[in-house]
Amino acid sequence: MATTLDRGLKGDQPTELKVAGAPRRGRLGRVLLYLLLVVVAIFFLLPLVVVFSASLKFSAEILTDTGIIPRDPGFENYQALFARAEFVEWFRTSAIVSTLGTAITIIITSLSAYAFARIDFPFKNLLFGLLITTLVLPGVMFLVPQFKLIGDLGLYDTLPAFALPGLAGVFGVFFMRQFFLGLPVELEEAAYVDGASRLRTFTSIALPLAGPALATLAVITFLAFWNDYLWPTIVCQNNCPLPAGLRLLQRQYTGDPGLVMAGAAVAAIPVLLLYLLLQRYIVQSVASSGIKG
Amino acid sequence: MSSLATAEPQRTKGPGLGSLLGRGRKPKKDVRRRIGEKAFTPYLFIAPHFILFSVFIVFPFFLGIWISLHDSTALRDGPFVGLRWYTQLFDPENRTQFPRFWNSVWNTMIFVLISVPLLVSAGLALASLLNQRLRGRNFFRGIYFVPWTLSVSVVSLVWWWMFNGNAGFITLLLQNLLGESPNWLASNPGAWITIIVATLWWTIGFNTIIFLAGMQGISLDLYEAASIDGANKWQQFRAITLPSLRPILLLVVTLQVIASFQLVGQPQLITGGGPPSELGGETTSVLLHIVNTGFFGRRELSLAAAMALIVAAIMVIVSIVNFRLFSSERS
Repeated sequence: MATTLDRGLKGDQPTELKVAGAPRRGRLGRVLLYLLLVVVAIFFLLPLVVVFSASLKFSAEILTDTGIIPRDPGFENYQALFARAEFVEWFRTSAIVSTLGTAITIIITSLSAYAFARIDFPFKNLLFGLLITTLVLPGVMFLVPQFKLIGDLGLYDTLPAFALPGLAGVFGVFFMRQFFLGLPVELEEAAYVDGASRLRTFTSIALPLAGPALATLAVITFLAFWNDYLWPTIVCQNNCPLPAGLRLLQRQYTGDPGLVMAGAAVAAIPVLLLYLLLQRYIVQSVASSGIKG
Repeated sequence: MSSLATAEPQRTKGPGLGSLLGRGRKPKKDVRRRIGEKAFTPYLFIAPHFILFSVFIVFPFFLGIWISLHDSTALRDGPFVGLRWYTQLFDPENRTQFPRFWNSVWNTMIFVLISVPLLVSAGLALASLLNQRLRGRNFFRGIYFVPWTLSVSVVSLVWWWMFNGNAGFITLLLQNLLGESPNWLASNPGAWITIIVATLWWTIGFNTIIFLAGMQGISLDLYEAASIDGANKWQQFRAITLPSLRPILLLVVTLQVIASFQLVGQPQLITGGGPPSELGGETTSVLLHIVNTGFFGRRELSLAAAMALIVAAIMVIVSIVNFRLFSSERS
């Protein structure tokens, strides 16, 4: 999918990409097409602009100064947020859970995927079938028992609580196994002939070749951890990740939307920056893996 | 939309799922164990993930059924009560659980019926718009996808503010243009419109790039032949694009139905499930009702577990029907 996605997207040479036989669109049609594209783009961008603008208006300003460009912009809301120990804690929690969660996911899923792709062992198909089966089960049925389990383990409101069910997810195993199956086995056999162990073959041959797939998995996993909302909302009280913390912020400051919007902006900015840097790459990753948020 | 583990069953049905099963793709050359290799080596490879998987997915599967047959809350483990919660939820005579639960199921069904056609057709339209010879195609595609990268709570707060009665952007806009604006968040249809617009904004980009990827895979020869025969753009879309996209259409519709079924963050943060009604809220989705029952207020875990299993069964049935409908339409 990722390869077909870019077919014809790179070059804009009219002669090559001309849809054969179709009459060339008139000048007016061209203008209307771009006008439509721009209007749609405004629909997607304007709300973000409005929210960032609101976050720069302090306290009552938001009710009196209603323009998109703030009359007296300032970072008072952000200062007020980061002056609260709780908010700093939320940010820290999100950062730790997302980075550590992503790192651990990559390690354990690629190890498992490698065994499923390359080694033959008893019960392999049975175990892999078990992983597949959980894919068709709706997530809603796991909320209550996972909550109960986390509570019984004494992990309520702690960092591991936010990450553990995500780490148990099977997407990474499927994704990496698929990639390893596509690698030519000859390189690894050569390593084996040279006396390398399975683990050695995995770390020094297969993993380096899997760089692009690992990067895709890392980006998708990071986004999923950073944005996760419902599960942390259920198992956190004070020590929440940011998206769950935003709910508490909204309840506490209903009358101060500027502050709430600053909180939303803080949760949004890291992923927006990541997206700005890796835009085409992220779009292709999602298109190729078909992950629904 | 929910935790990684719980959301993933919905997130991962990628276009390559069929091939993910990998039947008949066993690496034949590796069947024999290598000389000197321990029998447990492969199990060590899968162990770290598989232990987590067993504890946090397989075990909860059974634990959920067990809890639903007991009378437990978040604070105490209660006695075995058999099918009590299920009979309450299916008993029309029941004055508390039955109407509230089915009201939330009904709300969710309405949302699914409105949002799925809207999101699928809007995704198709945007993909068709982008699947043309034009400059800046990647640029526009990139912009349309931006909201998808945000958390549902950020998306919800964005639209909570846009439609807010106190100086929200859309409220002010309408007041300036028309002199008045409805109270979007506190009455219907405004509350539903807000939730649907927020959902559209958040996820159209996903459907668009999946459709666009599919359209890029259609041979240009087909369009050439059609245009030689005098077919216009719309006829080409009907006769070539749509039929070629059928497998992807099935994928997107299935994913969309499942995702829309799990609506929760938007009503929780935008409308609080309201406007209130005697049945417990006009925009209270079934997942929000389960969350409110099990994790807030009286935290009735067992009741919530029973509801979740009923909803899971409904979702599996809907997915199967959806698959049947699409595959039989062809013949």
